[in-house]
Amino acid sequence: MCADQAIQEPLVKVEGLQKLYPLATGLFKKTSGYIHAVDGLNFEIADGESLALVGESGSGKTTTGKLLVRLIDPTNGAIRMQVDGYEKDIAQLKGSGLKGFRRYVQMIFQDPYESLNPRRTIFDTVAEPLVVQGIGDVAEREQLVAHYLDLVGLSPPDTFLWRFPHELSGGQRQRVAIARALVVVPTFVVADEPTSMLDVSIRTGIMKLMQSLAEQMGVTYLYITHDLAVARYMSSRLAVMYLGKIVEMAEIEEELLNPLHPYTKALLSAVPVPDPSFKRQIPNIKGSISQPINPLPRCRFFDRCPIATKVCEDNDHPPLEDKGAGHMAACHLI
Amino acid sequence: MAEIASSPSPIAGLETPLWRVRLRLLKRGIRTNLALFSENPIGLVGVAIILFYFSFIFIHPILMKTVWDPVMYNPVTGYDIETTFHPAPPSATHLLGTDPLGRDVLSQLMWSTRSEFILGMVAALVTVIIATSIGALAAYYGGAIDTFFMRLADIVIMMPYITILIVMSALFDLTLPVLALVLGLLGGLGGATIIIKSQALTIKVHTYIEAARVAGGGNFHIIFNHIIPNLLPLSFLYMMFAVNGAIASEAVLSFFGLLNIRMSWGLMIYTTSYSGYLLDFSKWWLIFPASVSISLLCAAFYLVGRALDEIINPRLRKR
Amino acid sequence: MTDYVLQVDDLTMHYKTRAGEVSAVNNVTFSLERGKSMGLVGESGCGKTSVAFSLLKLLPDNAYIKNGAIKLNDVDIVPMREEDMRKLRWSKVSMVFQAAMNALNPVYKVGDQIIEAMENHGLVETNQAARDHVAELFELVGLAPKLMDQYPHEYSGGMRQRAVIAMALSCDPDLIIADEPTTALDVIVQDALLREMIELQKKLKMSMIYISHDIAVIAEVTDRIGVMYAGRMAEYGTALEIFKSPLHPYSYGLMSAFPSIVGAKRELTTLPGEPPDLLSPPPGCRFHPRCPFATEICAQESPEFKDMGNQHFVSCWHPMEAN
Repeated sequence: MCADQAIQEPLVKVEGLQKLYPLATGLFKKTSGYIHAVDGLNFEIADGESLALVGESGSGKTTTGKLLVRLIDPTNGAIRMQVDGYEKDIAQLKGSGLKGFRRYVQMIFQDPYESLNPRRTIFDTVAEPLVVQGIGDVAEREQLVAHYLDLVGLSPPDTFLWRFPHELSGGQRQRVAIARALVVVPTFVVADEPTSMLDVSIRTGIMKLMQSLAEQMGVTYLYITHDLAVARYMSSRLAVMYLGKIVEMAEIEEELLNPLHPYTKALLSAVPVPDPSFKRQIPNIKGSISQPINPLPRCRFFDRCPIATKVCEDNDHPPLEDKGAGHMAACHLI
Repeated sequence: MAEIASSPSPIAGLETPLWRVRLRLLKRGIRTNLALFSENPIGLVGVAIILFYFSFIFIHPILMKTVWDPVMYNPVTGYDIETTFHPAPPSATHLLGTDPLGRDVLSQLMWSTRSEFILGMVAALVTVIIATSIGALAAYYGGAIDTFFMRLADIVIMMPYITILIVMSALFDLTLPVLALVLGLLGGLGGATIIIKSQALTIKVHTYIEAARVAGGGNFHIIFNHIIPNLLPLSFLYMMFAVNGAIASEAVLSFFGLLNIRMSWGLMIYTTSYSGYLLDFSKWWLIFPASVSISLLCAAFYLVGRALDEIINPRLRKR
Repeated sequence: MTDYVLQVDDLTMHYKTRAGEVSAVNNVTFSLERGKSMGLVGESGCGKTSVAFSLLKLLPDNAYIKNGAIKLNDVDIVPMREEDMRKLRWSKVSMVFQAAMNALNPVYKVGDQIIEAMENHGLVETNQAARDHVAELFELVGLAPKLMDQYPHEYSGGMRQRAVIAMALSCDPDLIIADEPTTALDVIVQDALLREMIELQKKLKMSMIYISHDIAVIAEVTDRIGVMYAGRMAEYGTALEIFKSPLHPYSYGLMSAFPSIVGAKRELTTLPGEPPDLLSPPPGCRFHPRCPFATEICAQESPEFKDMGNQHFVSCWHPMEAN
């Protein structure tokens, strides 16, 4: 991490980020509306921090991750990042600027069986970012790749360099994916459910690896997951998403102990606890999750909220506000 | 701010130069695939037939230099003066007899093999290069490029194949190389493109393509390093079917007398036809060797294609 | 006399592959009392799904039961012929499959599929009676009865899973095996479904076997838990015992590797290495290469599956002391 500065600019500043998908229906494919996958996100991530983004399916968390690495282009909004000493709005980058930016932001994908090209050797896979970004010559790349394979626990590296993905186990493949993400020494890494497809005993190894590497290399993480228990372990701050909006964001222990938003409360009480003697509360929530299609101008959580009132229905979706001591929530009733 | 990793200490075990390692991997890959292929009797039968005919290319010049009199046994211009009536039935001197113009049938058969193989290979290569490139581009870019080539493919498939070739023969002087190119072009723009494009679409959605994009890979990089290498097994498979198609098409066109080549199996049947011996089964050596060869060689490539299909398409693989 | 609905005794099942025989299930022994629920927990490749399919004898062509007995209602089904087995399936023992979408035929209405299952077991007298039964089942699992005339694609994930549970209940079986029934679902939907399954089990006094890799889910739903590793049963006991005082080092490692949102944040343990290749499993105890307490005998002889008191079974040479 950089030396302490009095007020430091956050590494990532997201403002009004929006991603809308048009819905085409009918014979002539007229646009009948939009899916508001990500609908006006505002958040910051400090340098060296790890923010967990949690939500159910349809919450928009994966879309947010892809927007931050520019795999998808945003419909609206700004993503300001400290890239190479300057603050740039990466939502506006194109062409060679975009390619240069990719050196600083990388992604670790969920499926270790899909994210590696089965016909390429481990060396080619991990070296790809170096090749594309024009870093080093052939010999240097070999050394770098071997170094990072060693760092992620695939030792001795020269026995792994020339193997193919099908010769490795799921945990080993995910380590390769981590090496690939870190080989260009990025400042920001988006991890999209990197452990959800791994066995439990392998999972902890990967989680610990990611943490130690984060400390060693000073990398900032956005950790996307549906599993609150894993989020607790991996991150210092937690943001909960629902239908494209962040409904609560705070320091993770604070949010787990003292949730403010009714959705967070329901989510927390729904998580199974590995303790047969623990009696969970019944989640206080009605209905089922829906698609954010043409949402009405009211609180997105209105139809499922146990404490919703007329205020929630008549006014627009509440903004994400600080409700005290940095604990942010988007609710009219708090 | 991320710390730049200090120059890592050199790691042992990396002394072998890269090219040597890749060569070793390539050899290993070929060995594994050959082992898999050899388990399938269909494939082996196909390969055996292909090798059988392939050997003719080398045996013919040897025979011409040693046992056969080059003047008499020349497949195009030879003439056996000693025998009175042509076409002569098989004998000690002419193992498959002679054709109506006095030429040794076996010599013709063997000599044409070279043309058949060249035709097949060139047509197949052209087909596959065109189909793979277009398939990959259409799948990757979608939109107008995709629509254009898919409609073009629809037109090519819809049009009556032989009729087009007949029209082509009127427009161009169809020598062997030209014919190979024309067949390659028609094949490449037709059905093969659609199938390869479908395959490319399934490749496009794999996560490693996204990973390549996040690494900074541009369109060119992704198409050439990820999509096309994964298409190559399917392309190779189509090559086999393309050879099949090319040899058969040539036979048909030669039968109609539309080609400008010196000797081929199709031409042998044509000669039989215009001499009036086509349905004369007492002169069986005029038509059977050529037609059986065409069928066998086409079938052989088809069988190899089927065997490859079982390797490439894991669902067909027997446990 | 305890009434056991299921008694599995020394079950061994192998797969034949080109590379050799895979020892998928090895000397597995457990029993389930009528009306109780048990969980089978383990990671991928541990054999829990293989055990489930063995119990229904729904084995692929290259799999065979090498040894052992499976007594369903005191009748050993291992030597049974397929025709007899077909009568038992669904009417005596049924299964709730993982990924419900794969278990439902997309071109038939959901209600019709359930009625078909009932017809195959000769339980349908009139169409109306069958439909009434399906309506009852749907209400039982929390689905609106009118949904029975809709198609699977019109259902949400949670609804499909409930439909598959209804299908498993349709012929009133003695034993239900649920294979990862909530894995693909969101956590709030999973919670609702788990509660309902617990309710159902109590109401119908059903015997259930729950298979999952998620020990948190198993902890909440089952009375007894069997921990499987590399095709063998490592430990079997009540849920509370397995969690609070695990005797097998693998169980202990597994429990401590699970993060929780409740309680203090603690250090997670890592289990070094990987699960073994079942084509050539390690000699002796299959866990010994990864076990921090392994000694010589662990590498030589496979430990017995012993009752350590109070029906808490363990297969380990050095079971951990209960603390």
